[in-house]
Amino acid sequence: MEGVGRMEAEGNGRGYLAERGWRSWAFTLDHKRIGAMYLWTTIFFFLAGGLFAMLLRLELLSPQARYFSNHAYNVFFTLHGAMMIFLFIIPAIPSGLGNFFIPLHIGARDVAFPRLNLASYWVFAAGFLVIIGSLVAPMDTGWTFYTPYSAKSAAAVTTLSLGIFLIGMSSILTGLNFIVTIHKLRAPGMTWHRLPLFIWGMYSTSIIQVIATPVVGVTFLLLAAERILGVGFFDPAKGGDPVLFQHFFWFYSHPVVYVMILPAMGIVSEVIPVFSRKPIFGYKAIAYSSVAIALGGFLVWGHHMFTSGMSPLANTIFSLMTFFVAVPTAVKVFNWTATLYRGSITFEAPMLYALTFIFLFIVGGLTGPFLGALATNVQLHDTYFVVAHFHYTMMGGTVMGFFAGLHYWFPKMTGKMLNEKVARAAWALIFVGFNVTFFTMFIVGVRGMPRRYAEYLPKFQVENVISTIGSAVLAAGILVMCWNFLHGLRKGAPAPANPWRALSLEWRAASPPETENFHEIPHVTDWPYGYGTPKA
Amino acid sequence: MSGHSGEHADPAVAFESAKLGVWTFLATEVLLFGALFTAYTVFRMKYPELFRAEHAKLDRVLGAVNTVVLITSSLMVVFGVDAIKRGKARLFEACFGATILLAAVFLCIKYLEYTAKFHHGIYPRTNLFFSIYFMLTGLHGIHVLLGMGLLSYVIILSRRGRFSASYYTPAEMSGLYWHFVDLVWIYLFPLLYLIG
Amino acid sequence: MDNVLAFGAASSQAGRVDALFVMIAVIGGFFFFLTQGLLIYFAVKYRRRVPGRDNDTPAITGNPVLEFLWILIPSLVVVVIFYYGWRVYTDQRIPAAGATEVYVNARSWMYEIRYPDGRTAINEIRVPAGKPVKFILSASDVLHGFYLPDFRVKMDMIPGRVTTLWVQPERPGSYQIFCTVYCGTGHSNMLAQLIVMPEREYAEWVEHGGPERREGEEREPLAVRGERIVKNAGCLNCHAVDGKEKIGPNFRGLFGSKVPLEGGKSVAADEEYLRESIVDPGAKVVKGYPNVMPTYKASMPPDDVRAAVEYLKTLK
Repeated sequence: MEGVGRMEAEGNGRGYLAERGWRSWAFTLDHKRIGAMYLWTTIFFFLAGGLFAMLLRLELLSPQARYFSNHAYNVFFTLHGAMMIFLFIIPAIPSGLGNFFIPLHIGARDVAFPRLNLASYWVFAAGFLVIIGSLVAPMDTGWTFYTPYSAKSAAAVTTLSLGIFLIGMSSILTGLNFIVTIHKLRAPGMTWHRLPLFIWGMYSTSIIQVIATPVVGVTFLLLAAERILGVGFFDPAKGGDPVLFQHFFWFYSHPVVYVMILPAMGIVSEVIPVFSRKPIFGYKAIAYSSVAIALGGFLVWGHHMFTSGMSPLANTIFSLMTFFVAVPTAVKVFNWTATLYRGSITFEAPMLYALTFIFLFIVGGLTGPFLGALATNVQLHDTYFVVAHFHYTMMGGTVMGFFAGLHYWFPKMTGKMLNEKVARAAWALIFVGFNVTFFTMFIVGVRGMPRRYAEYLPKFQVENVISTIGSAVLAAGILVMCWNFLHGLRKGAPAPANPWRALSLEWRAASPPETENFHEIPHVTDWPYGYGTPKA
Repeated sequence: MSGHSGEHADPAVAFESAKLGVWTFLATEVLLFGALFTAYTVFRMKYPELFRAEHAKLDRVLGAVNTVVLITSSLMVVFGVDAIKRGKARLFEACFGATILLAAVFLCIKYLEYTAKFHHGIYPRTNLFFSIYFMLTGLHGIHVLLGMGLLSYVIILSRRGRFSASYYTPAEMSGLYWHFVDLVWIYLFPLLYLIG
Repeated sequence: MDNVLAFGAASSQAGRVDALFVMIAVIGGFFFFLTQGLLIYFAVKYRRRVPGRDNDTPAITGNPVLEFLWILIPSLVVVVIFYYGWRVYTDQRIPAAGATEVYVNARSWMYEIRYPDGRTAINEIRVPAGKPVKFILSASDVLHGFYLPDFRVKMDMIPGRVTTLWVQPERPGSYQIFCTVYCGTGHSNMLAQLIVMPEREYAEWVEHGGPERREGEEREPLAVRGERIVKNAGCLNCHAVDGKEKIGPNFRGLFGSKVPLEGGKSVAADEEYLRESIVDPGAKVVKGYPNVMPTYKASMPPDDVRAAVEYLKTLK
């Protein structure tokens, strides 16, 4: 069914962007403005974290310390990791695009608790300000903050712990808001099986955020207590156990990778059908596998700790669970590919990034079994193989999904179209640069190069030089993409309400939407994937 | 500010949303305390002798009094919510006021306990049992304090005439939170004070 | 070509891990070509042919049989991979009978070795080929790691706990040991060697204390011996001789200079100062440098300390 229902005015009025002045942003209750603020903030930290990455790659051109001291290098990789994870990749899609589009997708005027939503943003802001404050005595613990080193470090670990606690609180409140919104504010006729798959992804993500984040909050609270009050949970001299910190930390940090990937998968599930003009293949499988991944993801945290002295029995169970959680993920890849079958595929930027997500995520995913299998994990843990694996899944996966979403929804959010040629050029640079940067890391990891090494043995230099060259290409692509966004914001051609001829509800609103989203709450009669010709 | 009051058009939806929201929030609180209870379990299993010896230093009488105080405060919450369901705003305010008073008593007793410990040279860093004791009761105490603030705010709303037999959502929701805070103590008390 | 990449590089255990690696790579490769192949093939074959007009697309929403199969088959495949991973790992964890035990303690940023007969070493472990050896691992301050890439094994070293790792080296040679758990500024310089010796050489070394002691080299000049000690004891991880400073002061020109201390005083860098700095480094910290140097009191015999000082004196 190609009809898209009653369309809102196509007028390219300013919509929700009409009201001006800093107060209309700082005190807004509009989920779209809050989402936009998160997007600006998280993209800023993506670029800042990326800058640290470039400094790392610069230093890694030479096996010995050359431009920076080893201590500076160690600070850079800690900041790169912490910024990218806590200030970019966890909030970007959920709090950014999620805030903007969840109400639109379900036919609501806003989230369940708009004031709580605003509070979430300001708690997030307080968090990142505290984290920036901690830079007066920057950390070199790695983003994982393992004790005893983090407890003894002279750096501002306590301040940073507080900052991360605040960021976590923001996540929890956002997740809570989304769960209630999706349960209670769906438009009439919007049954669970008519929800866009982005919503299923966001719902699963919110469940994880609500259950897992409190644990990391307590973890950092205990780390702060260790430093301030002298408690000894993680201090062997006081009877504590340093590995207990790892259990607490990974109990959150493993599920959090699903917080990173599920929203991106949701975006891919939206984009692929639109640009293939075919319904998504296996809607229920994708929907339920999202929930399965969210729940199953809580059972595998020990696979980050196989060499930490855990018992062989514990290691065995975690390894088995890890492999089981892999299956629902694989299923999604098959479903997306099957959606392409007999489609009518076009390759605008959103689709390029969505296909790239699948391609790179397959690489990341197929390198997972090496790490899930006990014997090979022992060999590869804490080497560059792991660094490559998580960059393929997190950057090749989540970040590409994020870029797909930004390009897909740019016209809706801004009322302007992006320059397609420049977008494709940026994509090409990013694709090539990404693979050159990170594929070499698999090789050097198998050859035994450990991670978090400021200096390395000369025999690893060739791969490192190649990787740095790749990173320059990748950085160039990202800068071109950012330029394209800025240019589009100012000078983009006016966007119609539905440039991609998509069926989900957000496209019935104007581009950009009015503050109240819809003049009338739509009555939903079908799922949003009614593309193609049904069998007679 | 544009067309958004932050209120929802349909009161039934608003009430359902608030309820789901509070229950979800309480789930996060279960995990927050759950992580600390896990630490308690881990160290209790590792150092049973230490726990047996040290827990005797806690004042069971004061702990028991505090338990009664908190349970009574929860009872006051039940009476208060029941009152506002029947539209009796003044009675509701009195009940919630009593709750706050009892909470203050609870915190005073905890203050006495803490200072007594410090006086005897027992601090969070003294040993693992007291590390857990102070962290658990400290986090719980913070929740009691925040709860007092929340209940005060709800009383203020009531004094402004916001509640009636048909609308009392914040009262019921904050009551739920208070029951949770009470429930955590019901677990804390035996685990820390009673079990040998 | 990097010896590490050789199949089964240093032991038959490593060979089994490599066999598992290859198995996973083959399975992964199969699925890689299958999925990427279909992805690219479909994207190309089903592209829109006429600009502005969609191909006819059927509204296929699913296929229960296909979906069941592609849940079942990957589930079976992962169970197989899990099983072999578990199998090889479990064998790896059970030490063979008659293993020699070597104690390895990590202290930022070096490995202190102690043999059963009481001998100690720093950053160098010597074992005979063909016999199993069990490493008993510990750490003094923070988490460290013990990674032997040629043997495909690693284990974390945890303060307050003992962990173990065993290998059976087959081929004589010198194998790299890396620290794999971030432990501070010197983490990437925390390197050691596992030296696997042919049986006879090993026996001689145990008898006479080392190949370098044979052939009349007992009278080697103290400074030459000192240079060797300074290289092997990890000093150069934190102190450069010349050039860009690392964590501690450079060595050249140190002896005989006037050294400013934290707290305002200064001291002449004589033999006694150098000796004290090796066995009690926190006593007189040079102004502007962090107090992070570990003590060699337990691990470097007085003769070796003397030799090291003699060597430092030659660095004018």
